Amino acid sequence: MSTLAVHDHGVVHHEEGHEHHHKATFLNTYVFSQDHKYIAKQFLVTGIIMAFIAMTLSILFRIQLAYPDKSFPILETLLGRFAPNGRISPDFYMSLVTIHGTIMVFFVLTAGLSGTFANLLIPLQVGARDMASPFVNMLSYWFFFIASLIMLSSFLVQKGPASGGWTIYPPLSALPKSMPGSDMGMTLWLISMVLFIASQLMGGINYISTVLNMRTKGMDLWKMPLTVWALFLTAVLGVLSFPVLVAGVVLLIFDRSFGTSFYLSDIVLNGKVMPFEGGSPILFQHLFWFLGHPEVYIVIMPAMGLSSEVLAVNSRKPIFGYHAMVYSLIGIAVLSFIVWGHHMFVTGMNPFLGGVFMITTLIIAVPSAVKTFNWLATLWRGNIRFTPAMLFAIGMVSFFISGGLTGIFLGNAALDINLHDTYFVIAHFHLVMGSAAIFGMLAGVYHWFPKMYRRMMDERLGYLHFWLTFIGAYLVFFPMHFMGLDGVPRRYYAFTEFESMKRWLTVNVFITWAAIMAGIAQLAFAYNFVHSIFWGKKTVQNPWNANTLEWTAPIEHIHGNWDGEIPTVYRWPYDYSKPGHDTDFIPQNVPFSQTMSSNLPHDFEDNPGGLEEHTKWTNAQKANEAVK
Amino acid sequence: MMAQIQRQEEKLNLGAKKFTMWIFIFTSFMFFAALSSGFIVYSGGKGHGLNVQIPQPFLYSTLVIIISSITLFMASKAAKGLQIARQQLFLWVTFFLGIAFFAVQVYACYVLTYKMGIYFTDPNASRTFLYVFCGMHLLHIIAGLLVLLNTVLATYRNIPQVKNIFKMEMASIFWHFLDIMWIYLYVFLLLNQN
Repeated sequence: MSTLAVHDHGVVHHEEGHEHHHKATFLNTYVFSQDHKYIAKQFLVTGIIMAFIAMTLSILFRIQLAYPDKSFPILETLLGRFAPNGRISPDFYMSLVTIHGTIMVFFVLTAGLSGTFANLLIPLQVGARDMASPFVNMLSYWFFFIASLIMLSSFLVQKGPASGGWTIYPPLSALPKSMPGSDMGMTLWLISMVLFIASQLMGGINYISTVLNMRTKGMDLWKMPLTVWALFLTAVLGVLSFPVLVAGVVLLIFDRSFGTSFYLSDIVLNGKVMPFEGGSPILFQHLFWFLGHPEVYIVIMPAMGLSSEVLAVNSRKPIFGYHAMVYSLIGIAVLSFIVWGHHMFVTGMNPFLGGVFMITTLIIAVPSAVKTFNWLATLWRGNIRFTPAMLFAIGMVSFFISGGLTGIFLGNAALDINLHDTYFVIAHFHLVMGSAAIFGMLAGVYHWFPKMYRRMMDERLGYLHFWLTFIGAYLVFFPMHFMGLDGVPRRYYAFTEFESMKRWLTVNVFITWAAIMAGIAQLAFAYNFVHSIFWGKKTVQNPWNANTLEWTAPIEHIHGNWDGEIPTVYRWPYDYSKPGHDTDFIPQNVPFSQTMSSNLPHDFEDNPGGLEEHTKWTNAQKANEAVK
Repeated sequence: MMAQIQRQEEKLNLGAKKFTMWIFIFTSFMFFAALSSGFIVYSGGKGHGLNVQIPQPFLYSTLVIIISSITLFMASKAAKGLQIARQQLFLWVTFFLGIAFFAVQVYACYVLTYKMGIYFTDPNASRTFLYVFCGMHLLHIIAGLLVLLNTVLATYRNIPQVKNIFKMEMASIFWHFLDIMWIYLYVFLLLNQN
């Protein structure tokens, strides 16, 4: 019977192929590939390159912060007009901060993270041959690629890249003449982001449609791994919130180029009164943060999903509270849409409205805490294997806790009046969504590297990378809390200019050197990544003894993922160390009939036939015991 | 059995694609929701009321697009009854009504600018929103016209009925959405014209 089915399927697949029959050429295999596994790798490599670029930008402005009065001739050699006399110019400093934020938030932690792992894991873990629309999926990558190029090309224009901050608040962003970065650089920023959003929407629509329509037999929603849940809900957030940013950006473009007054009012520029009247800059903040807040969950939720999976696999325990994990993800996703006002407490918002946003914001602590406790409970008394991926997943939990706690301070409207726009905010979000998300991403890279490249990454370099990055990130961001409490504002060019900030200069030197150390540590990762792609140890079928479906697919990548039939799913993905079973894991495609000794009554909650068989079997066992 | 499996698999795939269209409509819906809530936030400010009598042509264009939805529905019905000629006729009617809608919308904007003196760069951006709503909807209409054209041209290529129905369904979802979207925007503007 099974041979028949396999045979049938082979034929079907062949006939299906007829419609879009392409010869495998270099272009459609290695460049414009429509295979989700290959697109995932394209997203990952582009994301890593963008991450290195954005990290280099951060090192540059850290040098400025640590040594505001020193001249580094090498900087002038490298940056030319952006660093006259070996000192980064104030305008370029603002550009560095802006582009660092933009690239990290959007290009690395949105596209690089979701793009890589949604593409790789959704079809493989739900048991689909590819995405709902492979062609749109390919377009999604190439839009992202072009957006990346345009964003980087803004370093080549005369007046430099956008410099109004990654939130591009008007009026600075709406008036090309207001500062150098608002000119051509800002235009390129807007073009790049429109393409980027198009890419994200195409990707997100595909991910949602694939998860809801193309799951293999037996894979109901409650049998999906948490990675798929997280990536799915992330895509939902993106699809609902990115169009709102488009709306905001469209109006901004009208203000910039067509003379409308959506965001502009009472502007005096270089001593000249501008004709704009009646606009409201707060309107932009509403539209921006309606995307902007879900965006931070778009960044962290995939990391949560990846870490949940890695923690369960390497603790050799079922994830603690699977349903609670899913419901808390849903809770976070829903709540993320009604908290955007907490970014705007100091805009003169009605205090009552501020109170409402404060309450919704603080409620997010509940699902977040559920997740945190569940991760810790998963680790508790687990049979832990400290692989590099596991360390990064634990690191993710650590950063999520230490960064999340300060979120409770900032979500409080009264405290936020003091803390708004200080280094306290920088510390908060770099820990909770920056470091935590990047650690989740790195956990994913180390864990699924064998699936992507059929080879293993080097563990020792992985450990080195983890410890230097983990310690480095805390050394960089922890002191910033105290600067923020002391009222040091973010985005300031030189601390020497302000009496009250001078005493923090030594701390800045410390932070800069910690950042440089953490930056150098990333070279260990880069070397490990590239070296392992070509010369790493070959992987086995299921290197981590994991349950999910991707490890049942052949090591060699084939288009369509499985040759022959797609495996059927019988159980949830977290049957680790199940009592009574001879191994400490039972893959999802193993039917209960093959694991009689480890079955439990609650495995058959909606399956009376199975329960009957189970009772019969246990009674027979008991009878045997009695005879003995 | 082979044939059956194949049909199932194709059905599954078409289902996923239709679902994709629904999600796209959600994104588009969010876009207009953002614009209209932007309008609400903006026009809540002092002296930011619209204060424009919505010009008559917008009523005509609304009627035109409603009729085009009805003809599209009749085309769908014809397609299901395998009456291809009738389906083509109604699809063409829908397509030209779509173009008529486009033309009337542009004319209405002309009336706004040149007869009523409400300019795109009005300091009161509530008035600019009129053009933004209309223009952004027309961008979608262009896409909708292309989808309609694709559907009607496909009927001349003798494609399988399953595909024909699928294309009709995709076009219907999108076009009816554009219809409803415009009615929403029109009613929204009527309610806010003071």
